[in-house]
Amino acid sequence: MTSTELERLTPAPPPGELVDSPRFQVSARTSLTNTQQRANLKHATTTIRNKRARVVGEVADWQALRTAGEQIKNRVGRHLDEYLLEFEKNFTEAGGIVHWARDAEEANRIVIDLVEQTGEKEVVKVKSMVTQEIDMNEALEAARIAAWETDLAELIVQLGHDRPSHIVVPALHRNRAEVREIFLREMGRYGTPPPDGLDDTPVNLAGAARRHLREKFLRAKTSTSGANFLVAETGSLVVVESEGNGRMCLTLPQTLISVVGIEKIVPTFQDLEVFLQLLPRSSTGERMNPYTSIWTGVSKDDGPQAVHVVLVDNGRTNVLSDPIGRAALRCIRCSACLNICPVYERVGGHAYGSVYSGPIGAILTPQLRGLASDVDRSLPFASSLCGACNEVCPVRIPITDLLVHMRHKVVEAKKSDPPHIPHTAEPQLMSIASWVMADGKHLAWAGKGTALVDLILGKGFKVKKFGPMPYPLSRWTDARDVPMMPEQSFRTWWKKNRGELA
Amino acid sequence: MTTTAVSAPVAKPGAGMTVAIFPTCANDVMFPETPIATVKLLERMGCKVVFPKAQTCCGQIFTNTGYYDEAMGSVKNFLKAFESYDYIVGPSGSCVGSVRHQHEMLARRDAGDRIGDRVAAVTSRTYDISEFLVDVLGTTDVGAYFPHRVTFHPSCHSIRIAHVGDKPQQLLRAVRGIDLIDLPDATTCCGMGGTFSLKNPDVSVSMAGDKARNVASTRAEYLCAGDNLCLLNISGVLNRTKAGIKPIHLAEILAQTEGDE
Repeated sequence: MTSTELERLTPAPPPGELVDSPRFQVSARTSLTNTQQRANLKHATTTIRNKRARVVGEVADWQALRTAGEQIKNRVGRHLDEYLLEFEKNFTEAGGIVHWARDAEEANRIVIDLVEQTGEKEVVKVKSMVTQEIDMNEALEAARIAAWETDLAELIVQLGHDRPSHIVVPALHRNRAEVREIFLREMGRYGTPPPDGLDDTPVNLAGAARRHLREKFLRAKTSTSGANFLVAETGSLVVVESEGNGRMCLTLPQTLISVVGIEKIVPTFQDLEVFLQLLPRSSTGERMNPYTSIWTGVSKDDGPQAVHVVLVDNGRTNVLSDPIGRAALRCIRCSACLNICPVYERVGGHAYGSVYSGPIGAILTPQLRGLASDVDRSLPFASSLCGACNEVCPVRIPITDLLVHMRHKVVEAKKSDPPHIPHTAEPQLMSIASWVMADGKHLAWAGKGTALVDLILGKGFKVKKFGPMPYPLSRWTDARDVPMMPEQSFRTWWKKNRGELA
Repeated sequence: MTTTAVSAPVAKPGAGMTVAIFPTCANDVMFPETPIATVKLLERMGCKVVFPKAQTCCGQIFTNTGYYDEAMGSVKNFLKAFESYDYIVGPSGSCVGSVRHQHEMLARRDAGDRIGDRVAAVTSRTYDISEFLVDVLGTTDVGAYFPHRVTFHPSCHSIRIAHVGDKPQQLLRAVRGIDLIDLPDATTCCGMGGTFSLKNPDVSVSMAGDKARNVASTRAEYLCAGDNLCLLNISGVLNRTKAGIKPIHLAEILAQTEGDE
């Protein structure tokens, strides 16, 4: 990479690849100690989930809408090959150009080539998860092309040399005092500086961002976007957003390159009526998002005259091949599961070592990336399985069932690891416990063992609760009292008081 | 709130019914008072209660940790122990939820549809105590008397896996003498989550801490739930704060009558 010698064009993100992140439990511990971030997260997630609950409560047929969303997306999964070809045909006929990318590397290569063909050295970006997933900004930077984020929160993240911590509101972990500091420190280095005496009121921070971005909007000849939906029937792309930055990027430049995951298809234009109700209410708690942009190929003399779509697989067909795991492909990236999740609320998105965080990240990322890394093997366990996410998902993904399914896959992967890879004794303990629980006689026999321990501890030393326990049980007893075992089990009581066993 | 001194004569809606008690392994060994109370309550309702001795565990510790093969012993054993009964009742939304929601999937995956159909049949006859009382026996007033300040934590698996809804609260509201206090953020998880509390102890303790603070804010005498492991988690933290709030299972409140005090 040449960028190591040359000065960077855009702010550098934190070093390292996300997939090399530590296990979730390690990152989570670090995140928990960041009290400022925890306060920011609690405030933000509480606000959004309450807003969501209010506006969802207004819709009488919400459950029917969720079912419709689920069924449309299931149909897409069953016929994805046909719908993609239908989209390609219709988009091409309307003057657009479709490119197919097997993985992140292919997708980035296509985008770099397209930008280089324009002779431009910069692009403005509409907020997009899949470009985060393929790390497009860094691929462009390495090709000496500057990619500028124009969504306010993505701008805060980019200028802050940071990574997004949330799917919809990526700077959720920052408060306005921190945003002001970032703007004052970085804005001037990458374009229009903030006005003198910038304070941390939201209106002034937004004003500084608007001035900073306007220069880029008016200058850029090329833009990139993702898409919330691809309509097969019409060959249209749909972007929903709140700030109008998307509309600027989608209309002002001459070349528009949209990078979109292949699961974003909906079959017909009418299907949008379901998703355009489900998405804003679930994600930002709005009845309708402020801007919805829909484009179909090229409009003569209006907007970009070179319009490309890069359709990205990057693991999605692997997910589709798993009849249980594929439900995760229904996701429309609303983040309702993040905002309701008590685990996400405490640790934030960075702990997940993945672009997709929270409950959906814990089931989607290990499927997209596979189970080779420590972090991907830990993600399915980053949940108490409380199920709050299941209830808010607008496309009824049974998230906790998929978490358990992925845990099973992790266990299978661990069992098939070569013997030199060290593991905890968990599989052996589970095996022993499995034998105990497979037969009432085994359990009765094991019960006598615990009764003996109890007899020694309880009667011999006259203690009322267990003292500090050895690892790993210390993980429990360090923060909680555990009462002693009772003098008799239910089984014993039954024999004494009811006698016969059935 | 009813505080009538004289309890209404308890009807016997369970007369003629035989119920197989599924105490659950954790209750059997660690919290025997709960299944004992369940037995007494069911007998008071007129049911004949039997204890199938072959039973062990719902197996969710295996299933939810990803050990599907290891869970199959529990699934097959549950079938063996309970298949001959019309009503299987346990005092745990979590264990009953696991039986109803996971056993069939595990059985079909491991041993095909023949055993899958049998497992589906037996698990559909498995009830949490709150469901059995309200749905099967059709009663919310079980003649209980418990003159105390109580707050109720609806455990995650009881409301979102077993889907018991507000049946526990319906039963509690009909208890004579009870002062039932709303728990703030009641439906938020306490952080127990089975092996989650061992694999992610820091997050788990943080969740338990917030739940314990909400419980303490009610100034209740008792924290009630339909799952003892949630109570173990919350009261384990509460105990350190010397809040003096005692954990109690729903079945133990419902089993109390006027003569007990």
